[in-house]
Amino acid sequence: MTRIRGAAWIMGAFVVGALTMLPLVTSSRSVLTWGFLVFLYAALAQSWNLLGGLAGQVSLGHAAFFGLGAFVTRVLWLGGQSLATALAAGTAVVIAAGILIGAPTLRLRGPYFAIGTLAVAEILRITTGNLFPEVSTLPARSLAGYALAPRYYLALGAAVVSTLVVWALARSRFGYGLAAVREDEDVAEAIGVHVFRHKLAVFVLSSALAGATGGIFGYYHLSFYPQFVFSPLWTFDALLITFLGGAGTMWGPPLGAAFYLLFREALALRLVEIHLLIFGALFVLVVLAFPGGLIEAWRMFASRWIAVRERGG
Amino acid sequence: MTILLQNAVFGLLIGGLYGLGAVGLSLVFGVLAVLNVAHGELIMLGGYVSVWLFTLWRVDPFVSVLAAGPLLFLGGAALFRLLFTRLASYSEEVRIKNSILIGFGLALVLQTLAILAWGADERAVTPSYAGRVAAIGNVVVPLSRLGAMALAFLVLGGLHLFLTRTRAGTALRATADDDQAATLVGIPIGRIYLTAFALGSALAGVAGALVSVSDAISPAIGLGWTLKALIVIVLGGMGNIFGTFVAGLFLGVAESMSGFLLGNAYREVVGLVMFLIVLSVRPRGLFSR
Repeated sequence: MTRIRGAAWIMGAFVVGALTMLPLVTSSRSVLTWGFLVFLYAALAQSWNLLGGLAGQVSLGHAAFFGLGAFVTRVLWLGGQSLATALAAGTAVVIAAGILIGAPTLRLRGPYFAIGTLAVAEILRITTGNLFPEVSTLPARSLAGYALAPRYYLALGAAVVSTLVVWALARSRFGYGLAAVREDEDVAEAIGVHVFRHKLAVFVLSSALAGATGGIFGYYHLSFYPQFVFSPLWTFDALLITFLGGAGTMWGPPLGAAFYLLFREALALRLVEIHLLIFGALFVLVVLAFPGGLIEAWRMFASRWIAVRERGG
Repeated sequence: MTILLQNAVFGLLIGGLYGLGAVGLSLVFGVLAVLNVAHGELIMLGGYVSVWLFTLWRVDPFVSVLAAGPLLFLGGAALFRLLFTRLASYSEEVRIKNSILIGFGLALVLQTLAILAWGADERAVTPSYAGRVAAIGNVVVPLSRLGAMALAFLVLGGLHLFLTRTRAGTALRATADDDQAATLVGIPIGRIYLTAFALGSALAGVAGALVSVSDAISPAIGLGWTLKALIVIVLGGMGNIFGTFVAGLFLGVAESMSGFLLGNAYREVVGLVMFLIVLSVRPRGLFSR
């Protein structure tokens, strides 16, 4: 297994290196946009994976943090702040919101946590739609200087950082605490894990990453209604990608995101609405039949291959 | 004063439907420990049954209830066989978590199917008595809404009698209390699970047909109804039919009053905020055992 791990790291580093070079080689809009979207969704899914995969807290309100990050960053940036300030402020607001929302909802267990977070996201979506009913469009001067490359690099950075966070957490003392919370909260408490503190910390971290990813989306997208970034579809996409790749694994979300967008591009060319139908059904199928996702399928394949080779050699 | 009273009346009338919309979800959760977050989409489908029967053959929406219930009973049974049977072998915690995920995907599938089949537009049923009202003093009562509320009350009463006075109902309640003990005394819990899910879906179908009496139906209404049902369940207590009905009325009045005081755009927000407050004070619901 260690040989496979090492190979995965080298491959990962190689892929990231190649992806960094991509904007230098091509300026094709469609290629860069596709890359941007894969990174964006990978980062969003990875942020959900932290909370749902590592800590086992199924939140259905992830869109709240993505949306809040996107909205605050966009308003500040269009208001004349530098991008860095806007992104930092957007993420800071989301961290505050994460503490404010996490503290009460994390006291709820199982289904009540899931529907509680869903309710929070819907409150934010409806209220934002009421307060800011007008579409937000980039002004002409920003449109003239619009370049994809910086957006591409930002999204790539977010995907890499969130993946490294999952990697680092999974082998830290804190990460073991989260795994204990995921498996059994009462047992975790009994062996000395401060359950609530662990849950709140990972909730805020997950929210912050989702918020920063949202901020990048706010910087990227030409025009959208403020309500759109709070849509429950963002939550669904994060869940789908995480489960498709493999919940609780480090490589699952990036793999799932690439697969998801390849599939979506292939479908969306001809069928606009049907891709939602197919992904909904696919998600149900994965949860029912392949709870481990693509990564689990790959591991099974790899271990069988090794077994066959060792027997043969 | 009159206008407040008028709003309270409207709230009570719509609240009866909230209770009926929630009771199916409550039943399924109570018996199976499956939280079907696609319940609102089943209500939406019930609404479309009524809309189609009216558009094709001018069938009265109150009569369509007789079709929507059985149709969704069958649909629910099929969905259960297809998606939820496998969950029965998991522990309760895993079962609930996975059922939420499955329901989330199912909601998207049903909503998209409805858009593909019937378009994203709102559709309404317009029987001849649609605009008629009865005046009591200065307050007007729309007759169609009054009828829907009365029927909702009857259905809930019937459900109560079924659960308390029949052998099948007793078996359902026994399974909800303790499925292992139920198995031991010879209750076929596989069939009970199927019945409970199908019955919950049928109740959603009936609720949807009654919603169509006075409100427009569109593929997007599902999530809103699921959330309303969840709010009502948390307020009224799981598996408590009378509590569910009262909580539905309460939510209806609260929404209608806050819509009047804060503006109609915030009706739904008020219910959700109430829900969060109750959840954080009583993390397992207001009237939990």
